[in-house]
Amino acid sequence: MASPTPTDTAAHDTSQIPAPEGSITVTVRVLRFNPEFDDEPHWESYDVPALPTDRVLNLLINIKSYVDGTLSFRRSCAHGICGSDAMQINGVNRLACKVLIKDLLAKGNKRTTISVAPIKGLPQMKDLYVDMEPFFEAFKAVKPYLIAYGNEPTHERIQSQADRERFDDTTKCILCACCTTSCPVFWSDGSYFGPAAIVNAHRFIFDSRDEGSEERLDILNDTEGVWRCRTTFNCTDACPRGIQVTKAIQEVKQALLFKRV
Amino acid sequence: MSVTASTAPAGTSDRAGASRLSGTFYRGDPAMWSWVLHRITGALTFFFLFVHVLDTALVRVSPSAYDAVIETYKTPFVNLLEVGLVGAVLYHALNGIRVMLVDFWSQGPRYQRPMLWGLIGVWAAVMIPGTYFMLERTVSTMFGGH
Repeated sequence: MASPTPTDTAAHDTSQIPAPEGSITVTVRVLRFNPEFDDEPHWESYDVPALPTDRVLNLLINIKSYVDGTLSFRRSCAHGICGSDAMQINGVNRLACKVLIKDLLAKGNKRTTISVAPIKGLPQMKDLYVDMEPFFEAFKAVKPYLIAYGNEPTHERIQSQADRERFDDTTKCILCACCTTSCPVFWSDGSYFGPAAIVNAHRFIFDSRDEGSEERLDILNDTEGVWRCRTTFNCTDACPRGIQVTKAIQEVKQALLFKRV
Repeated sequence: MSVTASTAPAGTSDRAGASRLSGTFYRGDPAMWSWVLHRITGALTFFFLFVHVLDTALVRVSPSAYDAVIETYKTPFVNLLEVGLVGAVLYHALNGIRVMLVDFWSQGPRYQRPMLWGLIGVWAAVMIPGTYFMLERTVSTMFGGH
């Protein structure tokens, strides 16, 4: 695979960033890309002060605020709930707001380098900002909403605790795309539904109140559906919510094979 | 499935200047590397079978042609290839069992990593003595044995 231009450009002036007591200097490498000027993405390095209790997101915000306002990335709640700031941090997909600097520090007295790149497999629009549209298309395609036929009940749709427990794990998804963009099958073939869409289908397929399981299973029985999964477990490792993604995909495969819902 | 995903080939986008990044190295789960190895050992085994079917089919051409070709295999290099073949087939078989367990055993996804370490252990336990016995005669002949 063609690697992006490996040359790191000259150091940036980061002296404006406030350095609180106890902070250390770390190097943040960002895979930057500006569609107006660049043909290819390139790495740029910033030597920034960081507290061990800082998160990677704090460093990016500091770079944007004090060094280069054109640095682009998504973030919203900054507390691991909204799922906006998924990025590839030191080679793995993580939420920038959930990775602490103290967990990335180099051993000994060596300078810590933190590499930040956009999530793979989706078009990089600018810096760490990718086009999420293919990801959400796949999500919408599995009908991620309650499907129920017949008359609406006059009271709530009642469910036992055991039935609720059946799909509890997959209700945790925040649609950050960490899993889908960690999947080698998705990188090489963008038309694979991807783990996130399957997780969200799983959430309704195994819901006792839902009557659309057949439709969804039919959609996922497609050649670009669950059978493309190669059980590499990158998705399970990447999920910031700890969802057992590969297990959910396995359960959908079994539901298709044995009609066991 | 999705219109956006399937109509745009890799590297292109409807929006100008967008780059579909593929160059960063992903530090995947050990299971990703086991899958990469599974592919490689599978392809190598296929190439062996391809050659094997061809040379065995030579018997139908003439037994002497078959003998002549088999004769060229009696070199230390081919002996090393044999060790490689056993290693590739053994890994592919063991990991194949692991992949089936991941897909069909309800506890499979949970124990995929211990299963991977286990299969590497079995592979090493077979290959280390196996390599010794497979290469013993070649090595002793090469270095002036009987």
